[in-house]
Amino acid sequence: MSTFRKSLPYILPLILFAMVVKGLHGAFFEAPTEAQMGDVQRIFYFHAPAGIMAFLAFAVTGVASFLYLWRKSLLYDVVAHASAEVGLVFCTIVLVTGPLWARPVWGTWWTWEARLTMTLVLWLIYVSYVLVRGYTDDRDQQARFSAVLGIVGALDIYIVYKSVTWWRGLHPVVLQASGGGGLDPEMRPVFIFCIFVYLMLYACLMAIRVPIGCAEDELARLREALARRRRA
Amino acid sequence: MKDNFGYLFTAYTFIWVLLAVYLGILMGKQRSIRRRIDELSEKLENLPKN
Repeated sequence: MSTFRKSLPYILPLILFAMVVKGLHGAFFEAPTEAQMGDVQRIFYFHAPAGIMAFLAFAVTGVASFLYLWRKSLLYDVVAHASAEVGLVFCTIVLVTGPLWARPVWGTWWTWEARLTMTLVLWLIYVSYVLVRGYTDDRDQQARFSAVLGIVGALDIYIVYKSVTWWRGLHPVVLQASGGGGLDPEMRPVFIFCIFVYLMLYACLMAIRVPIGCAEDELARLREALARRRRA
Repeated sequence: MKDNFGYLFTAYTFIWVLLAVYLGILMGKQRSIRRRIDELSEKLENLPKN
């Protein structure tokens, strides 16, 4: 068991690398070329799963934030912070690759339609989540303030998800709870595989980021202990 | 529509560059925190206990 645990940091990146290669192969060589948009539509295979994974990461932040407010354990705050940061990376991918896809297809980089605007709002909420932590040195206050933002941001996920059906903008509907959506059946296997690629990426990034958060807390405790010892 | 490889290339390049930069930042942070923890632990051990 301990050998398996020790080898995980080497095995996980290898599995991730193989999955990324397979995902890229699927996106570029296995998926059919979209009839109207052409090859630029292949951005979709790493754009939409990034959005789904950003939702998941922010949802984890919301749940961990709620658990922090309830249980007052700093470990929940560490998980919430790590997930918010990783989610921000995924959300940034969405907000940059989206316009790169929109420019040749819609003829504009950006339009203030509901899905795009709400995604930008979601990104700004979590940017403020990360920034607000830097405004106080009080660890509990830091965790409490950001937990509130983490929960508010998680509520916005539902608005982003429903925005395409509530306001019917330019953004296509890819997934629906009813199982519909505008995705070609031939594209679906590659798309689903790419979701798993991002899921693995999320797991790997969290496996790196959470221990860093714990180490930061350990460092703060050591600083306090050192200051106390010097005062005594 | 067929000659949009520039957008496709830019999008995929951005994804991997961003992930590589983020991973680099995490690794740097991990190293510096570990170093600081070792330094402080050493200082704490060297201080006389009361």
